[in-house]
Amino acid sequence: MTALSQLGGPPAAVTEKPGRRFTAYLLLLPGGLWLALFFVVPLVSLLSASLYDPSGTVETGYAVTGHWQNYVDALQDYARPFGRSMWYALLTTAFCLLLGYPLAYAIAFKSGRWKNLMLALVIAPFFTSFLVRTLSWKLLLGDNGVVVDTLKWLHILGPDGRLLATTTAVVTGLTYNFLPFMVLPLYASLEKIDHRLIEAGGDLFAGPVTTFRTVTLPLSMPGVVAGTLLTFIPAAGDYINAELLGTPQQRMIGNDIQNLFAAGAHPTAAALSVTLMATIVVLVLFYVRRVGTEDLL
Amino acid sequence: MTRTGRWIGRHLVLFAGFLVLLYLFTPIFVVVLMSFNDPKSRLSYEFDGFTLRNWQDPCQPFGLCDAVSTSLRIGLLATVLATALGTLMAFAMVRHRYRGRAATSLFIFLPMASPEIVLGSSLLALFVSAGFGGVLGFWTILIAHVMFCLSFVVVTVKARLAGMDTRLEQAAMDLYANEWQTFWRITFPLVFPGILAAALLSFSLSFDDFIITNLNAGRTVTFPMYVWGSAQRDIPPQINVIGTAMFMLAVLLVLGGELARRRRSR
Repeated sequence: MTALSQLGGPPAAVTEKPGRRFTAYLLLLPGGLWLALFFVVPLVSLLSASLYDPSGTVETGYAVTGHWQNYVDALQDYARPFGRSMWYALLTTAFCLLLGYPLAYAIAFKSGRWKNLMLALVIAPFFTSFLVRTLSWKLLLGDNGVVVDTLKWLHILGPDGRLLATTTAVVTGLTYNFLPFMVLPLYASLEKIDHRLIEAGGDLFAGPVTTFRTVTLPLSMPGVVAGTLLTFIPAAGDYINAELLGTPQQRMIGNDIQNLFAAGAHPTAAALSVTLMATIVVLVLFYVRRVGTEDLL
Repeated sequence: MTRTGRWIGRHLVLFAGFLVLLYLFTPIFVVVLMSFNDPKSRLSYEFDGFTLRNWQDPCQPFGLCDAVSTSLRIGLLATVLATALGTLMAFAMVRHRYRGRAATSLFIFLPMASPEIVLGSSLLALFVSAGFGGVLGFWTILIAHVMFCLSFVVVTVKARLAGMDTRLEQAAMDLYANEWQTFWRITFPLVFPGILAAALLSFSLSFDDFIITNLNAGRTVTFPMYVWGSAQRDIPPQINVIGTAMFMLAVLLVLGGELARRRRSR
């Protein structure tokens, strides 16, 4: 938990007074009810929808029959887009870390009085619509666009090569869209590092690389964990990039869940959705344990 | 390592940082540029020539301004509701000690850690099983938006509250202010920037959401849904006008806030 709530700063002193506990529950009640009704209860509905007898329809209703076969069918039919989603999300997370770390580091340690401006610039893309921005990647990566022409001129791309409608385009879009979610937690944890620790590394005759590897990087691990989670999770469920920048060959599991719901095939769609959620929960728990920071969640 | 090596090393990071920022901004340049595009044909999505026509008549494509107005109404309502509910929760979590504080944090965090497609599809499953499958629209979108904005409000306001110096409130109480006066004269003005930031964040999340909205919208069309629909056919340059205008508005708000902060601190 600490890793992700660290953006919230240190816990404040709690002023305790008798009889205030009741007030606390009263303050929590409206928001808590909203989340219970529209976050927890829906998850239960989703679980039960995934066990519906698929012979029903949205109009006639479904029989809740404990139809576990839905999961077997869904996994058999959609194993490939499912695996692809995980792979793309992994690639996206790796690229975001690779691009986000230098940026977060530059903002935290090298930006001087431009710190606030640079932070604002990281958040700024959020204010232009996600979809409109993704569409502009379609233009940038298009067959006669600047990027393709440059790559052809450099002979990195063959004369018939293209970027749009490829895995590269989808991962580029995903990386672009989720990069701020990597940079912000990284920045938050880098910023907290006591500068004297890094100087001490230099004083002890460690080169910049050794100092980075043994001091800065380990101390920024909470940010790395938070950032990778905040990038991986939404990327795994996204279908906008795959749809706008890719072809059916780049289809992700989100595309299928959305299409199945739109076509009224609720039981299969729900089964896929539950599987996605369960996979992510298992991966996250495994990852957090593996990184050796069990107190992070 | 030599001194020149160190100089390069130091500035290399900054240079890399600028390149990454450039990557973040390239699509925005394109959006601004395309808002002045004069497309040769309806299906062309390349820059064919400069015109001011799109800015003079942003409502020209059928349904675009209706979609924007739907998004604005949902965004405003969702922001007010989520900010109110979330601020109350943040106060409880920072200022009160009660049983289940850790559980509350986890509960708040989970919606942020769930993929949107899961949040959207589970809400749809609930609405359908509760018999609301036929009335999906404005209200179901609003319910969904308040739900996913809530956690972000709690986290943002909590951050502001946790960083506050409680001695200011103690001082007010020592000066015989009662709890009510202390709250409205000291606590609230100090937390207000946090609440404002949370409201801004909520609005931009709500205005921008597509995946959850698309599943629960029925026949209602929000701005992102309009963009999605037009991406399948022809892309009117006016959507870039809306995108640019939203961006400018946000930049002005942020700049205004920064200026006000600087003036006050002087």
